[in-house]
Amino acid sequence: MKFAVIVFPGSNCDIDCYKAVEETVGQPVDYVWHTATDLSAYDAILVPGGFSYGDYLRCGAIARFAPVMSEVVKAAAQGKYILGICNGFQILTEAGLLPGALRRNEGLKFRCHSTLLEVVNNGTAFTNQYAPGEIIDIPIAHGEGNYYCDEATLAELKANGQIVFRYKAGANPNGSIEDIAGISNKAGNVVGMMPHPERAISQILGSEDGKRMFTSILNAWREKNGAAVNG
Amino acid sequence: MKATVYVTIKQNVLDPQGSAVQGALHTMGFEEVGKVRIGKYLELELDTTDRAEAENNLKAMCEKLLANTVIEDYRFELEG
Repeated sequence: MKFAVIVFPGSNCDIDCYKAVEETVGQPVDYVWHTATDLSAYDAILVPGGFSYGDYLRCGAIARFAPVMSEVVKAAAQGKYILGICNGFQILTEAGLLPGALRRNEGLKFRCHSTLLEVVNNGTAFTNQYAPGEIIDIPIAHGEGNYYCDEATLAELKANGQIVFRYKAGANPNGSIEDIAGISNKAGNVVGMMPHPERAISQILGSEDGKRMFTSILNAWREKNGAAVNG
Repeated sequence: MKATVYVTIKQNVLDPQGSAVQGALHTMGFEEVGKVRIGKYLELELDTTDRAEAENNLKAMCEKLLANTVIEDYRFELEG
């Protein structure tokens, strides 16, 4: 299984994502620059956190028009696994791959600390190694993670099981509606989340609860492709 | 031709910055201040004399990039 980590000018979690793939699943992984026009070699695409294009205009608004993004849209339609983390989540919503938008945190502060998340849907390609309702410890680091969508979209998210992660009740750090921390598209192959699983892959980092997101992706890919465990 | 674009958070969407500014103004004694909304003001120089075309293109620019219509409204004015 081959992973791509997209790099935009201003990405700053690209190295963490790359290392996390190496550390957790040991699969081949490449950095892919935002000008790339071919992602056909990859099975999973990580859109990392950071401040692409300086967050100018709106977070993710300019990155969404980078050449590589039309390839990400194509890969999403092909059912490949796409995970947007933090700024990556913002980019995927701006690109229309995920519904809703991320607003300024309710308290206006940049929040950078560990958070407890509830795994709301463990049936996705990104969460199959977690127990349903499991509480996991994954850090956040964002100023604009306040998820918003209209009522109709929210009803749809709920009906389709698209709410993947919620902040633990009473511990919503940014005011996002229904404590939403991460969602998927309708097909389930595109997930966006504000917390950073790539920063939670070892006890040295304070938590290793993020590790299983990466092993989930590998597991889902193997099941889909009938691949034996070959490294 | 010169275009001025205004982008604001939709009325039914919470504007945390606007709420904070409203609170600060109240603290300063400006009790008469009701809702405060913060938005963006953009000036664009357009190399065209065709007003209809400019309006069409500005609409596309706003819809695609300048505003996020999930949470923002926009309007624009054309001069010249």
